[in-house]
Amino acid sequence: MIPAECDYYRAGSVGEALDLLETHADRDPELIAGGHGLVPSMKVGEASPDVLVDIDGVEDLRAVEADDDSVTVGALARHADVAESETLRERALVLAEAAENVGDVQIRNRGTIGGNLAEADPAADLPAAVLAADATLDVQGRDGERTIEAGEFFRGDGETALAADEIVTHVRVPRSRGSETDDTAGAYVKKTHPASGYAMVGVAADVAVEDGEITEARVAANGVADRATRLTGVEDALVSRPAADEDAAESATKNASADLDSDRLRGDVYASSEFRAQLLSTYARRAVETALGRATAEGSIGGDEP
Amino acid sequence: MSTHEITLTVNDTEEELTVESRTLLVHALRDQLGYTGPKIGCETSKCGACTVTLDGDAVKACTVLAVQTDGSEVTTVEGLADGDDLDPIQESFHEEHALQCGYCTPGMVMTTRQLLEDDPDPDAEEIRHQLKGNICRCTGYQNIVNAVESAADKTEGAAESTDDAEAESPPAKADGGEARSDDETPHAEDDGR
Repeated sequence: MIPAECDYYRAGSVGEALDLLETHADRDPELIAGGHGLVPSMKVGEASPDVLVDIDGVEDLRAVEADDDSVTVGALARHADVAESETLRERALVLAEAAENVGDVQIRNRGTIGGNLAEADPAADLPAAVLAADATLDVQGRDGERTIEAGEFFRGDGETALAADEIVTHVRVPRSRGSETDDTAGAYVKKTHPASGYAMVGVAADVAVEDGEITEARVAANGVADRATRLTGVEDALVSRPAADEDAAESATKNASADLDSDRLRGDVYASSEFRAQLLSTYARRAVETALGRATAEGSIGGDEP
Repeated sequence: MSTHEITLTVNDTEEELTVESRTLLVHALRDQLGYTGPKIGCETSKCGACTVTLDGDAVKACTVLAVQTDGSEVTTVEGLADGDDLDPIQESFHEEHALQCGYCTPGMVMTTRQLLEDDPDPDAEEIRHQLKGNICRCTGYQNIVNAVESAADKTEGAAESTDDAEAESPPAKADGGEARSDDETPHAEDDGR
């Protein structure tokens, strides 16, 4: 349970980290920040990088900032910062609530949003939330910066669109400030694996309601496939339904797993694929119900019920 | 492979040490510096027995590389008591019989410390939620929750009325030794099934 020997370099900036990654490119360098994905892997021998490049001290990547059009979360914001951010709770609750569901207090005090996304663990909580929030990831490499849509970022278990010499710097959520967003709301609910704290199934839902009608729905799940996955069938079934329709969530999520080919549905010693399919319907319904309840609670809508 | 000179402030004492890149904070604290309060339990980031506070935040010292904590302030359970005067959280764990083997207790106490700083008056559900990352395998959680509630009452009470606290706290402390022996009798009886 002691990690293999390695060298360690501390980077003071993203540029310095990129230089270090290039200098040691032939030695399997790994980035480390909070270390809560990497250190456990190193301890059990799943990862044994020769070189660690520590970006945890790059303080300007830690802030949550907002302007009129979007909310920008620094990649090194810790889960606790994301969970407690007033800005995110107001404008991207789905993301804040997913962060609140990560592991436990000690893990949230250390793990970072960028690290969690770059790890691309299929059962982690944040990937579905960034899909539901329609987020984009800013990444920086030797050749400059680029932006990757969350939907393009996750490629498989531990696989992302990130090149070996690229670093996630920010997660950007397109959320405008002002009245037009008053009736949007999100939710993240989860069947937690009792020992690991990861999601057996986790569902992130984000809805917009206008004049009592669901105008937008983004629903995504963790834990059910090799990567976080949008449930487009559920989304399509929700749009245009009256938000106050008590049956909307239930009927839209009844066959939530239909969005996944059966060979993609995960099954393991913790939960068979059949059980996961059942959990997915239940947790998708809860997520959608919660999001709709929130969207209609504070808005000016209601009264659609017979 | 590379070693690093780091400086840590542990329980207000400045410590200088040399660590390997791979050295875990819990090993640096226990093996190199002699702070054996943080325990090594599961070694997989789940049980929380190794919990310390790092710059004020509760973290699992088995999942943090020591080299990453250079320049930080670390508090271990050893940093709480003032001589024989227990910290209110420790005192509550003692009074409520919130431990049996005691192995998880340093971690429980350190997480409780942050819990009460964030929320001085948590209800039982919040306490259980906040202590999710600390696992006890023998006493059970009921007395631990009771202890945290009791600690919250003590610290809240102290914050609310310093005058009263002054009048009340000295006897409690002075009776510490006696209370311990009093406590042992009922607990011994409880243990008989």
